Amino acid sequence: MIDKPINNRAWFFVLPVLAFVLFSSLIPVMTVVNYSVQDTLGENNFFWNGDSWFRDLLNPHTTIGARFNDALFRTLAFSFVALAIEVPLGIAIALCVPRRGWSVGISLVVIALPMLIPWNVVGTIWQIFTREDIGLFGAALTGLGLHYNVTQDAVSAWVTIVVIDVWHWTPLVILLSYAGLRAIPDAYYQAARIDGASRWAVFANIELPKLQKVLVIAVLLRFMQTFMIYTEPFVVTGGGPGSATTFLSIDLDKIALGQVDLGNAAAMSIVYYLITLTVCWVFFTIMTQLDRRRDA
Amino acid sequence: MRSGLAPKLIFVVYLVLLMLPIYWLINMSLRTNEDIMSGLSFFPHHPTIEKFLEIFDDPTWVHAFGVSLTYVALNTVISVAVALPAAYAFNRYHFIGDKHLFFWLLTNLMAPAAVFAMPFFQLYYAVGLFDTVWAVVLAHCLFNVPLAVWILEGFVGGVPREIDETAAIDGYSFPRFFIRIFLPLIANGIGVTAFFCFMFSWVEQLLATTLTSAHALPFAAVMTRAYSASGMDWSLLSAAGVLTMVPGAFVIWFVRNHIAKGFALGRV
Repeated sequence: MIDKPINNRAWFFVLPVLAFVLFSSLIPVMTVVNYSVQDTLGENNFFWNGDSWFRDLLNPHTTIGARFNDALFRTLAFSFVALAIEVPLGIAIALCVPRRGWSVGISLVVIALPMLIPWNVVGTIWQIFTREDIGLFGAALTGLGLHYNVTQDAVSAWVTIVVIDVWHWTPLVILLSYAGLRAIPDAYYQAARIDGASRWAVFANIELPKLQKVLVIAVLLRFMQTFMIYTEPFVVTGGGPGSATTFLSIDLDKIALGQVDLGNAAAMSIVYYLITLTVCWVFFTIMTQLDRRRDA
Repeated sequence: MRSGLAPKLIFVVYLVLLMLPIYWLINMSLRTNEDIMSGLSFFPHHPTIEKFLEIFDDPTWVHAFGVSLTYVALNTVISVAVALPAAYAFNRYHFIGDKHLFFWLLTNLMAPAAVFAMPFFQLYYAVGLFDTVWAVVLAHCLFNVPLAVWILEGFVGGVPREIDETAAIDGYSFPRFFIRIFLPLIANGIGVTAFFCFMFSWVEQLLATTLTSAHALPFAAVMTRAYSASGMDWSLLSAAGVLTMVPGAFVIWFVRNHIAKGFALGRV
C-alpha cells in the first residue's frame, strides 16, 4: 500500500461535515454532561453535585445501581442474541439471492422493504400481528397450543422482540453481504472450480474473507442499533411484563421523561455512551489491524 | 456456478416469511374495523379503500406526508453533499487528527435518541428552529452525515489514486476534476449512500416528533390520531402504515442496480 501524502489543508474538506455534526452534537452533549454533575431542588436552581450520581449508578447495592445493572445485562444479552442470529442468517440468505435475471430487482426491493418502514409503524405491524385474536403470528402460536402472551409472559415478550428485530434488520446484513459477494471477480470462482474446491471451501476461503469489509460495517451498525433498541419494546411490550424487556434506552426514557430525574438519567446516559464507545473502539481497532496485516 | 434447488427454496421461504407481516398490514388496511374485530381472515372478503380515501381527503395527513418527504429529501442532499469532500480527504490524505476525527464522527451514530430528545428540544427552541422542517433536517444530520462519510470513504478508496494524478497532469483544476471526473466514478457509491440517508431519516421518528408541534408535524406523528378514546382505529392505522412504505419502495427501486454493483470496492 502506498503511504498517503500528509496534507493538513485536507481539513478544509472536512470543515462542512464538522460544522453540521458539531451543531447538533456539542450543545446537547454538554447539556447531558451538565446534568450529570448537578442536582436541583426545583425551580431551575442547579448546584454542583460532583460525582455522586455516578457513584450511585455504579454501585450495585443502590436501587438505581441495581436497576442499571439489570438493564445493562438485558441489553447486552439482546444485542448478542440478535447479532448471533442476524449475521449468519444474513450471509446465508445473501448466498441464495439470485445474481442475474429479472428477479434481481424485485428480490432486492422486497428484501429492503422492512428497513424502510418507520419504526413506530413497525411497532404497529407487530402489535397487530402478535395479537391472539386478530394477528396471524399470535393466532398461529396459540393454535399450536403454545402459551403465547406478549403482555404477560416474559419469554413470549423476549421472543417477540427478537423476532421483530431479526425481521426488521436481517435485510441490512443481506444487502451489504450481497453487494460484497457481487464484488468478487469471477476469476476467483473459476480458479476454485479448476482446483475442484467444495462449496464449503469456496465459502470459507474466498467468499467469507472478501466479505470482511462489509461485515465490519454490518456488525458495527447492528451492534449500535440493538444496543440502543427503543421503539420496538416501547410500542409492543412497553418494557414489560414487569421489567423483562426494559432495555437501557427504555429505562433511560422512564427515568428522564417519566420521573424527570435528570441527574440519574444524565449519568446513566454517559456511562451507557462510554460502554458503546469502548466496544466499538475495540472492534474498530481489531478490524483495522487485521486489514493492515492482510494488506502488508 | 451455483446450482441446485435448495438455495432457491430457502430464498423463497425467506421472502414469504418476510412479507407475511407486511401482507397482514395491507390486509387490515382494506377491511373495516368491525370486519377486523370479527375474527381472523387471510384476505379481505369485502375489500374497501375507505380509510385510504379518508387520509387523502384530510389536509392534515397530506400536509404531514409532504413535510416528511421534504425533510428527508433535504437531509439526504445535505448529508451527501458535505460528506463527499470529507470522504475524499479521509481516504486520500493524512492530516493532523484524522483518525481521531473519523472515530469521533462515528461516535455520533451511537448517541441514543432517547437521551438527546430533551437537549435537542432546548437547543432548537433556543435558535428559533423549533417546529420547522430545518430542525429535523439538522437533527438527522447528526447520524446521517457521519454515516455518509463512512460509506463514501470506502467507495473513494475503490478509485485508484493514479486517476487523480493523471487528471492533475492533464491540467484539470481540483474542483473541475472532482466534479467532472471523480463524481461520475463513484456514482454507485453516491446512490447507495443516498439510499441509506433517505432510509435512516425516513424511519427516525423520536427526534422528528420531539422537534415539531403543529406546522412541521411528520406523518408518523399524525398517526397517533388513530389512537382515540373510543379505542384503536386499526384500519386507519394500517392504511397509514401502508402509505409510509410507498416512498421507500420507490427509492429502493431506483437504486437497486447501484446496490447490486455497490460496495464493489477496488473494481472500478
